[in-house]
Amino acid sequence: MTATQEAPPLTPDITVAPVMKRPSKRLPFPLVYWQTAVGKKWIMALTGAALMGFVFFHAIGNLKMYMGEEDFNHYAEFLRDLLYPILPHTVALWLLRIGLIVAFGLHIAAAASLTRMNQKARPVRYQSRRDYLAANYASRTMRVSGIIVGLFLLFHLADLTWGVGFINSEFERGEAFANVTYSLDRIGVAAIYIVANIALGIHLFHGAWSMFQSLGVNNPRYNGARRAFAAGFAVLVAGMNISFPIAVLTGVVG
Amino acid sequence: MNLTLKVWRQDGPHTGGRFETYQAADIKDEMSFLEMLDIVNERLIEDGREPIAFDSDCREGICGTCGLMVNGQAHGPQKGTATCQLHMRTFRDGDEITIEPWRAAAFPIMKDLIVDRSPLDAIVEAGGYINANTGAAPDANLIPIPKPVADSSMDAAACIGCGACVAACPNSAGQLFTSAKLNHLNLLPQGQAERWKRTEAMVERMEQFFGSCTNHGECQEACPKEISIDFIAYMNRDYIKAKIKNRKLQGQGFP
Amino acid sequence: MSTITLDSRCPTGPIEDRWDNHKFSMKLVNPNNKRRFEVIVVGTGLAGASAAASLAQLGYKVKAFTFHDSPRRAHSIAAQGGINAAKNYKNDGDSVFRLFYDTVKGGDFRARESNVYRLAQVSVNIIDQCVAQGVPFAREYGGLLDNRSFGGAQVSRTFYARGQTGQQLLLGAYQALMEQVQLGTVRLYTKTELLDVVLKDGRACGIVTRDLSTGEITSHSAHAVLLCTGGYSNAFYLSTNAMNCNVTAAWRAHRKGALFANPCYTQIHPTCIPASDEFQSKLTLMSESLRNDGRIWVPKGFDDNRPAGQIPEAERDYYLERKYPAFGNLVPRDVASRNAKTVVDEGRGIGPLKNGVYLDFSDSIGRLGESVVRERYGNLFDMYERITGENPYQVPMRIYPATHYTMGGLWVDYNLMTTIPGLYALGEANFSDHGANRLGASALMQGLADGYFVAPYTIGDYLAGMLGDPVVPTSDPVFTLAEAALRDDINRWLSVGGTRSVDHYHRELGKIVWDQIGMARDRNGLEKAIAEIPALREEFRTNVRVLGTADGINQSLEKVQRVDDFFELAELMARDALWREESCGGHFRVEHQTEEGEAKRDDEHFANAAAWEWQGADTPQQLHVEPLDFEYVKLTQRSYK
Repeated sequence: MTATQEAPPLTPDITVAPVMKRPSKRLPFPLVYWQTAVGKKWIMALTGAALMGFVFFHAIGNLKMYMGEEDFNHYAEFLRDLLYPILPHTVALWLLRIGLIVAFGLHIAAAASLTRMNQKARPVRYQSRRDYLAANYASRTMRVSGIIVGLFLLFHLADLTWGVGFINSEFERGEAFANVTYSLDRIGVAAIYIVANIALGIHLFHGAWSMFQSLGVNNPRYNGARRAFAAGFAVLVAGMNISFPIAVLTGVVG
Repeated sequence: MNLTLKVWRQDGPHTGGRFETYQAADIKDEMSFLEMLDIVNERLIEDGREPIAFDSDCREGICGTCGLMVNGQAHGPQKGTATCQLHMRTFRDGDEITIEPWRAAAFPIMKDLIVDRSPLDAIVEAGGYINANTGAAPDANLIPIPKPVADSSMDAAACIGCGACVAACPNSAGQLFTSAKLNHLNLLPQGQAERWKRTEAMVERMEQFFGSCTNHGECQEACPKEISIDFIAYMNRDYIKAKIKNRKLQGQGFP
Repeated sequence: MSTITLDSRCPTGPIEDRWDNHKFSMKLVNPNNKRRFEVIVVGTGLAGASAAASLAQLGYKVKAFTFHDSPRRAHSIAAQGGINAAKNYKNDGDSVFRLFYDTVKGGDFRARESNVYRLAQVSVNIIDQCVAQGVPFAREYGGLLDNRSFGGAQVSRTFYARGQTGQQLLLGAYQALMEQVQLGTVRLYTKTELLDVVLKDGRACGIVTRDLSTGEITSHSAHAVLLCTGGYSNAFYLSTNAMNCNVTAAWRAHRKGALFANPCYTQIHPTCIPASDEFQSKLTLMSESLRNDGRIWVPKGFDDNRPAGQIPEAERDYYLERKYPAFGNLVPRDVASRNAKTVVDEGRGIGPLKNGVYLDFSDSIGRLGESVVRERYGNLFDMYERITGENPYQVPMRIYPATHYTMGGLWVDYNLMTTIPGLYALGEANFSDHGANRLGASALMQGLADGYFVAPYTIGDYLAGMLGDPVVPTSDPVFTLAEAALRDDINRWLSVGGTRSVDHYHRELGKIVWDQIGMARDRNGLEKAIAEIPALREEFRTNVRVLGTADGINQSLEKVQRVDDFFELAELMARDALWREESCGGHFRVEHQTEEGEAKRDDEHFANAAAWEWQGADTPQQLHVEPLDFEYVKLTQRSYK
């Protein structure tokens, strides 16, 4: 058997028919990773790492809110001028945005495809109550927390990037601080932000740990540290993000 | 002690099944879980009812034949213990115990609590071996193997192939089984020649039958040999590398 | 009366050259012709899996059968201790000759010298082969293989993989087999049980099997059939064997004319966990290595009900240390077992059922510290605690002997062929290498020797003469008649309509076998067994209840046929034990002991193998005797004083 051929056919002693169809043709490298579940998990981990970087720096950047309107708006403007004058205005930002869109797209597509695979792997569920030992709330709700975060992302974009009228009627391009404080001052919107960021924290708590596992960059010596890293990262990011609506509501900011 | 059992009964692979309730009276602490079922069966036979079909063989936790979902846990509540080594002192008088077979698309139920686990063999067939024709081996001490390597390989090789990892996994993934066999062989110097080919073939065979790993860690908790999910991470790493290595081996270079 | 003469076909000449000369003198099959021969291998334990893989590598067309759902479940997997090989890696004076010598002597001079020497020779190749396959044997820090001394051997020649040597060796053979299955050179049939061996013109030409999932009866034909189906310890009902181990394949071959040799040689392992109640399904073996640091004792007084801790030192009887000051707790298995039985029979047994003796580690814990004891035996102590619920660091372990291995089996010649041409027996299923007693860590060695290095050569000698002969088609009357008879058998069992379960009768049979054909046998008991077994069998055949149908999984139906064979075997065990008027190895006749209570051999009359020929269901088997010559190892009486 040469390496790029499929595994040889099943022998007659295997009395169970395959559950999943393998692709009939292999895609060229590196697209071939997309054709297997281990490869897709690897892609999820890589894109997940990129998205973790995004949420982290996004939250750090937003801390400028506590420094007042001027600093915050200056930071927002700076993002548009990132790498200027090497690149024209907003080019660097768009490159980053495209990268993020691709990462989100791949992350979600891989998750959807693996979910379908997992449903096929156990079409009949256990008929009695399962008693989970290791699988925690975070790991078992990745799909739900992921969907919440995804929907929130759309809401967040509509609210503060696109300024869709019925969500944020006072939106004014370039007035980032005013937009944020107006939006988060509404108790309903603040609640959405808080709930969504709790979901994000839960998602990160499993994802930031699971990432190492999928990438295969683990070592028994660091396994404890990985868990601590995931917990710390999730609390840090979610905590920073949740502080904003609370700060606006309580009048600390705005 | 007296127990109430809710046991999954299913006449054959193509029929529906249902839970049936049995009383298990006068069960002693020292009995193993399967001996308790033996007694229930013996009483069923004397009542003229068909006994509960379940698989077991060595009853010392090494052959991997037995395996039941006991109260929603693969191999029952005791950690690092196969069903046959589970003893009744783990339970209390008056307990209700629910017993189900493993459930996965790759493990169809044959009868009652017996499932067909041949996909595990299929994974081994795809590459879970080191090709060494009988008689061709060099002296056993020709290639020294550092003790930590041999120990780690042995940790992986301890797998008994019971399928509890698949049964316990919320996704019915076969990762722990596959990675245990892969690492047993991939860690050893003797296993290097076929390492990348083996990794690719076994993982892809696995994916014909089982779900994907979402790193819950349930498999590690259910495993009667307490095999670590670290091996799954090593397998993931080897698989990604294998795609590159196998191209290189064929002179196609990278990328 | 039959005219069979037992020809062992052992080569002559200097013992160290015999196997080589024999290999040279055997006929060969041309590599291109090997694919024209079909070989059936029944059983996929160490012997079966290794034979099937090796034969397929040579180019034969192989069909392998196992009644398990996977070849990896065979009971070879449960062997804990290790595998012997004369590598002399420890520089302690081991050699092929020493391993040969120890094995013949350990077997109490009831094995063929030629076979044992060959076993010792190929032991070296086995380790090489297994390491190349990736068996993770224990290593020294320098990366070289570690060895330990085992079962009282004077040299360290035992290779091991933690306490799971059997598992790792079996997985090696299983993986080699699965590679061949994937290549298409072996067709593997799982969940398929042999029910009959089929002969045409006096030669083995195939088998009839039942698919345990569908109930289908099917015939398979071949040029040769290899039975690698293990031993018959489960005749005792309670043994350390797996629940499904059975004698059916060997027994049905015996009924077709294969001679069954030395059935009375059964090995009792001294360190098992005693049964806790009547419904115990099997016994668990604890590694013999425990005797290195544990002291065995019982109370001096009868019916002493105090807990171990409250029995003062002065009222304890360390009976092995008292009777055998030189070897103490490390006397051989049979001696340790028999002495345990003696004290329990006296009424000095301990535990709730008074059916054990203490194995006490308190001295070792005091001397070495708990951590050292934990390091040496931690996993065994955990296993003990899991099963009994008692902590052996605090209270002494309770142990009692249990049947564990059977040295007897199908009679085979030097080529491992039974008295039926074309029918071979490998591993524990044959009688060849261990004599009357098997040494620790030798079972794995023999199974793999037969499968990897003996049968693949010797089978060519038989097949070469059949070149061009097609296999007997399964439409031949020899097959169709056998199938019809088996279907009748199955229907008969299903229609008995009795009242008791198969297990009930198996348990009752086991009690007779254990009491009368167990560790110590005497004429009265054996005659009683010969009278009781057929009576119980008659009741079994008319009062057993097998529910369900023949099509599909029916575990009672599988068991009833196996237990029926155990009944016939048990009777033969008793006859063989009665005939052998001596004590040797695993066979201890109370009438034949020295003044100190040791086994007393009678070399003048019994330096032989007793092979029994089936004469029909209602006639006792006819005895054939193969005399054994000892040219290289001098006959001596064992003494462990």
